[in-house]
Amino acid sequence: MPAIEVRQLSKRYGALVALDGVDLSVEGGEFFGLLGPNGAGKTTLISVIAGLTRADAGRVCVMGHDVVSDYRLARSNLGVVPQELVFDPFFTVRETLRFQSGYFGLHRNDAWIDEILANLGLEDKANANMRSLSGGMKRRVLVAQALVHRPPVIVLDEPTAGVDVELRQTLWKFVARLNRDGHTIVLTTHYLEEAEALCGRIAMLKAGRVVALAPTADLLKHHASAYLRLKVAGALPAEVLALSPRESAGTYRFRLAGFDQVESILAPVRTRGLHIEDLAIESPDLEDVFVQIMEGAAA
Amino acid sequence: MTAPERPPVGSGFSTLLYKELLRFWKVSAQTVMAPVLTALLYLLIFSHVLESHVKVYADVGYAAFLAPGLVMMSMLQNAFANSSSSLIQSKVTGNLVFVLLPPISHVEFFGAYVIAAIVRGLCVGAGVMAVTLVFAWPPLRAPVWIAVFALLGCAFMASIGMFAGILADKFDHIAAFQNFFILPATFLSGVFYSIHSLPPFWQKVSHFNPFFFMIDGFRYGFFGQSDVSPWLSLAVVGASFAVTALALLVMLERGYKLRH
Ligand SMILES: Nc1ncnc2c1ncn2[C@@H]1O[C@H](COP(=O)(O)OP(=O)(O)O)[C@@H](O)[C@H]1O
Ligand SMILES: [Mg+2]
Repeated sequence: MPAIEVRQLSKRYGALVALDGVDLSVEGGEFFGLLGPNGAGKTTLISVIAGLTRADAGRVCVMGHDVVSDYRLARSNLGVVPQELVFDPFFTVRETLRFQSGYFGLHRNDAWIDEILANLGLEDKANANMRSLSGGMKRRVLVAQALVHRPPVIVLDEPTAGVDVELRQTLWKFVARLNRDGHTIVLTTHYLEEAEALCGRIAMLKAGRVVALAPTADLLKHHASAYLRLKVAGALPAEVLALSPRESAGTYRFRLAGFDQVESILAPVRTRGLHIEDLAIESPDLEDVFVQIMEGAAA
Repeated sequence: MTAPERPPVGSGFSTLLYKELLRFWKVSAQTVMAPVLTALLYLLIFSHVLESHVKVYADVGYAAFLAPGLVMMSMLQNAFANSSSSLIQSKVTGNLVFVLLPPISHVEFFGAYVIAAIVRGLCVGAGVMAVTLVFAWPPLRAPVWIAVFALLGCAFMASIGMFAGILADKFDHIAAFQNFFILPATFLSGVFYSIHSLPPFWQKVSHFNPFFFMIDGFRYGFFGQSDVSPWLSLAVVGASFAVTALALLVMLERGYKLRH
C-alpha cells in the first residue's frame, strides 16, 4: 500500500487549471521530492492531499484512506508543514504544540513535545509568545506542529524558503533522521541541490501536470549530456554566449551535445587570447535536468 | 522499516473548545468587561432619563424592565462577536489551517465554536446582570425560561456569527454585518420599550425580528408577563436556531469557503 496515492487529480480555480490529471504514488519510507516552478500546482496538490482543498475530479489516499470519505484516518496519518508562515498570536510555543496535539486527540503528549522542541532547537523558546519569535523560529514551530501526532507521512511545502543556513542544516538533519526512522517524506523546495541530496525520487510538475517522475539517479542519468564549466578573465565572446549557458557568479555552464563541442566553445576564447581561470567537464546536476525538462514541457 | 500506520485516536473536540474559550478569556478586559461597561452606561442614561416617563408593566419600574433586555442584548451581541471574530481572525491570519488539518469533524467544529460563544455570552450576561442589580432587583418568576432563552439565544447568535465568519473575507464585512443588521435588529427588538407602545405597523414588523422573540421570552422569565406567549417565542427562536445550525453543518461538511 502506497503512503500517498494520487489518481487523475484535477482542480481548477475559475478558468485556471491548477491540477490537470495528476497521477503519482509515494511508497512508504520514501523521501520524495515535488519540484516545479512557481504556480506549477505543488501547493494545490499538497492542499488536496491534506484535505484543505477539494479536488474537482480524481482521488487521493493517505496510507490507504481516502482523504474525503475516510478523512479522520487519512489526516491522523499525515503531518503537513504549510508554505505560509502562519501562527496564532494568542499563544506561546508550548501552548501552540499542546493544542495541535490535542486536535489530533492526543491529550497527554508532553514527553514527545519536549523531544521535538529539543530536536528543533526550540527549548529556550517554549514559553515565548508566538508573536515574539523571528521568522526562522516560527518556521521551526510550524515543523514541530506537523510532528506532534507522530504521523507516518510528513509533507513539507518549501520549508526552507527564506530561512537561514543554520536552520536549513538543522531541519535537513532532523528530516533525514525521521526518514531513517521510517517516516515517508514529501518535500517541495526551490533549492535543487537539496532535492538532489535528499530525495530518492522526484516528480516535476508544470502547469498542473507531472512532466517527469523518476528516481533522482535516473533523472540525472537519462538527461546525461555532459556539461562544460568555464570561467574566463573578462567577457565571453558573443558567439559562445549565443549557446545560452547557465551563469552564476561569472562561471558559465554549457550543455554539450557531444565532447566535440568543447573545441568549438574554446576556439573563440583562444583566438581572443582570453585567460581561462576555471574549466571542467561535469555530469548534469538536478538543476540542469530541471531546466531541460521545463523547456521540453513548454513545447 | 516504515513507520506504522497511526491508529484512530481520541477526539480533538475538547481541545478546540478549550482553545476557543482561552482565546476570549485571555483578553477578557475587551471581551467581557468592556461589554459590561457599555451596558452599565445604557442603564445609567436610559433609566435616569426615562424612569418617570415610561411605564411598561403596571408593577414594574423602568430600570427593572430595562435590565433583562440589556442583559439579553449584551449576551446576543457577544455570542455573535465571539464566533465571528474568531473565524475571521483565523482566516485572515491563515492559522485556521491548524484546525483544518486535524481529523476534527464538522459537527465537532460547529460544537466547539458555538459552545465557546455561548460561554462568552453567558459571562457577559452574568456581568451585566450583576451591575443591573445595583439599580433594581427584577423578580424571578420563571427562571427556567430565563435559562432556556439565554442558551438558545446565544446558540442562535453564535451560529449566525459562524455564518458571518465563514462568508466574510475581511474584518470590514463582519463590522458591516454587525452595524447594518445585528445592531438595528437588537435595538428594534423591544429592549428599551414594549412593542405594544409602537404603532400597529411597527408592531407587525417586530414580529419578523427574531431578536424580539428572544428578548420577550427572556423577559418573561423575570416578570411572568410578556408581549407574546413564551411558547411562541420558544418556537420561533428554536426554529431559527435549528435552521441556521443545519445550514451551517451542511456548509461545514462541504467545506464551503473553508476548504475551497
Ligand atoms: N485559492 C486560489 N484561488 C485562485 N487561484 C489559485 C488559488 N490557489 C492557487 N491558485 C493558482 O493555482 C496555480 C497553482 O498554484 P500553487 O499550487 O500555489 O503553485 P506552486 O505551489 O507550485 O507555486 C497558480 O496559478 C495559482 O495562482
Ligand atoms: Mg507553493
